[in-house]
Amino acid sequence: MEMPTPSAAVLNKKSHIVRRLSKVLPVEAVISEEHETRAYECDALTAYRCLPMIAVLPETTKQVSDILRICHEEGVPVVPRGSGTSLAGGAMPTADCVILGVAKLNNVLETDYDNRLIRVQSGRTNLSVSGAVEEDGFFYAPDPSSQLACAIAGNIGMNSGGAHCLKYGVTTNNLMGVTMVMMDGEIVEIGGNHLDSAGLDLLGLICGSEGQLGVVTEATLRILSKPVGARPVLIAFDKNEVAGACVADIIKAGVLPVAMEFMDRLCIETSENFANAGYPDAEALLIVEVEGSEPEIQEQLEKIIAIAEKHNPIELRESKSDEESAKIWLGRKSAFGAIGQISDYMCLDGTIPVSELPYVLKRIGEIGDEYGLKVGNVFHAGDGNMHPLILFDANKPGDLELCEQMGAEILRLCVEVGGCLTGEHGVGVEKRDLMFDQYSHQDIEAQLNIKDVFDPKWLLNGAKVFPLISTENRRAA
Amino acid sequence: MIAPTTEAELSEFLSDVSKPVRIVGGGTRLGLGNSVHAKKSLATSGLSGITLLEPAALTLVVQSGTPLKDVQKALNEVNQQLPFEPMDHCDLLGSEGNSTIGGVVACNISGSRRIQTGACRDSLIGVRFVDGMGTVIKNGGRVMKNVTGYDLVKLMAGSYGTLGVMTELSFKLLPKPEASASIILHGLNDERGISALCKALGSPNDVNGAAHLNDETLIRIEGFNASVAYRTEALKRLFSGYEISVETNTNKNNKLWNSIGNVSVFSKTKTSIWRLSVKPTSGPKIMETLLKSGIKAEAQYDWGGGLVYLSVPDNINIRDHLSDIQGHITLVRGNGGGAEAMPIQSKLIKGIEEGLRKKFDPRNILNVGIMG
Repeated sequence: MEMPTPSAAVLNKKSHIVRRLSKVLPVEAVISEEHETRAYECDALTAYRCLPMIAVLPETTKQVSDILRICHEEGVPVVPRGSGTSLAGGAMPTADCVILGVAKLNNVLETDYDNRLIRVQSGRTNLSVSGAVEEDGFFYAPDPSSQLACAIAGNIGMNSGGAHCLKYGVTTNNLMGVTMVMMDGEIVEIGGNHLDSAGLDLLGLICGSEGQLGVVTEATLRILSKPVGARPVLIAFDKNEVAGACVADIIKAGVLPVAMEFMDRLCIETSENFANAGYPDAEALLIVEVEGSEPEIQEQLEKIIAIAEKHNPIELRESKSDEESAKIWLGRKSAFGAIGQISDYMCLDGTIPVSELPYVLKRIGEIGDEYGLKVGNVFHAGDGNMHPLILFDANKPGDLELCEQMGAEILRLCVEVGGCLTGEHGVGVEKRDLMFDQYSHQDIEAQLNIKDVFDPKWLLNGAKVFPLISTENRRAA
Repeated sequence: MIAPTTEAELSEFLSDVSKPVRIVGGGTRLGLGNSVHAKKSLATSGLSGITLLEPAALTLVVQSGTPLKDVQKALNEVNQQLPFEPMDHCDLLGSEGNSTIGGVVACNISGSRRIQTGACRDSLIGVRFVDGMGTVIKNGGRVMKNVTGYDLVKLMAGSYGTLGVMTELSFKLLPKPEASASIILHGLNDERGISALCKALGSPNDVNGAAHLNDETLIRIEGFNASVAYRTEALKRLFSGYEISVETNTNKNNKLWNSIGNVSVFSKTKTSIWRLSVKPTSGPKIMETLLKSGIKAEAQYDWGGGLVYLSVPDNINIRDHLSDIQGHITLVRGNGGGAEAMPIQSKLIKGIEEGLRKKFDPRNILNVGIMG
């Protein structure tokens, strides 16, 4: 992975920068020895690594502000990091950077059930936000698969989604306000405990900006009353196309399931071997989950089952108990792990219009044949967010590069049919060089102009999101 | 009035124009915002028509100058709707005309369902626009999950035309509900009314309308028949001991919630109308503060109490009395004691906004001054 040449000027004053940072932070919060900075050399995109110059772990907004002010004055690049679970290399360091980890900022600052909001420090993990309000019958809706580990800061940076966003939306739809530190150290409050912004929607702009516009230290999040119950139904088909048509018919009928997950044969078989969920022998499998009170669940499932039956499923299994529900979900939830057991894989994240599903699945199969690599498909069918898993052998020379080329071809296909490169993982370094496949030079220039306003020196996570060649002059200025 | 009929024409016009222009959609919301410094008007009416409507993907792509009622008619035919229930400003502002979908987005207009399905900006998934230099820019697309690059879609919603003239918009849709019910609690004062709304919204009954006016507290649920019937009973149990009535007739419910969304209660008053977005429980306290200052204010609460429309006699600037409020205040109608219409921003935020406008409209051409 090509990264900008580290600045010799910055590297030469490492000890000076460490001294300045140590003046504003507790001694253990400044990490500069190689055996310790090693922990920050990559995120969950482990194929690409780079040792950072320094890592810092602040505990307050004021400390974040001091760090950024010092780095701004010294011209040091900063890479913000939540929990390091990015699949796109969003937290991957450059050799001359300060990694700013927010993991120690993990407190709940306020819970307000009357107004249905919670205010947390941004290093708090996604699941522990729900955990803080769960006993009182509330939850925080966005639920990325990494929710046990991933931080709210990273969720905001990447505008993370999850399995339930067909009904509840993604991070940006559940974010009410942030405290953010700008690159020059200024602390700005955006939004708050009310809905919608006064003036331009800066909150909407910051969410999903991949840590390039500022460092979010606190967030006000919308919480919702937990539904009484939820229940899935498993529907198996002998053709991908039929599963796709069934998804379309469910949506057209006005039913809005909270989740609609799709798995193809490779994923069904692999996860079955791994988890013994009792999945049928099928080409395609849908897990459709609905929520509500018992009569509401019944009413929705009846409609879904009636629609599914018109498509002659080879199996249709309605959960009758919590144990059966868990079993239906077991295979889906262990799909990534199961594939990981048998092979190295690369997980893509393109989104397509739901109507293009059968065509895109067919083309992915053909592309796989051309490259000689296997692909498994598991994804959120209701919203068209695909997760093709390309299997490769990391020990075989050239296989990773082949896999990357094939991944790029699949993502171009997603764009071609009216979709996009990434639905919930973000661009990071991984898809940086494909941006011109989706956007024109003018489209990209408009985005670069926005970064100019927030971070004129291009110090914050500047090697991400955009092709390096398009940002070269700005970063050098 | 210039009215380009294609994006290319609009682009050519904006790259050549040298004097500021005011952007006009259907003309029903011209009263919103601060005064605009422009002699010429630029109409979007020539950019009209639905580009794509795909019910199985809950997706609509539409030209910005398309009348809202045309959009709603087309969606009605496939039994779907715009999730955010945009209000009609004609009653409140005494305006006439056909609101356009572009105008709705430019002002980020959202109605009662905001508390459940989000604002206009939350349903908007793609945008094409022409900036102040005539450059055509697109962002987002037609899929509902998309984190490719910065989210300019949100930025454009509610930017009042100051960053560019929108030409094409994509939306995520929702199915129309099969049934609806309004549970109405009678005789509660503001504080008890808002407290009841908090209780309803904090229950697992998927409430998507929560308003309080004229001593009536209104709670709306929508969905499939059995589900609405079940939740109606659940809410009646939740409020046992209250004086309750229930409306289940869909037409009557539509009328009722349209009148709340459109703030019809203040359409005939000769007063200034203020709009406040605040934390729901602080709404009644704001009223108390104003009444204590001797101001004869009347309130309609929506969004569970978080959206407050105040009717206040002219020549009073309520911001003078509410300086410590969290949230924001907009003057929608009337003189407001000479107050600026748009919310007052902190210096830092104002600086960022000015920086962004300079990038998108460096020659100061588009709706100059409208946002302050």
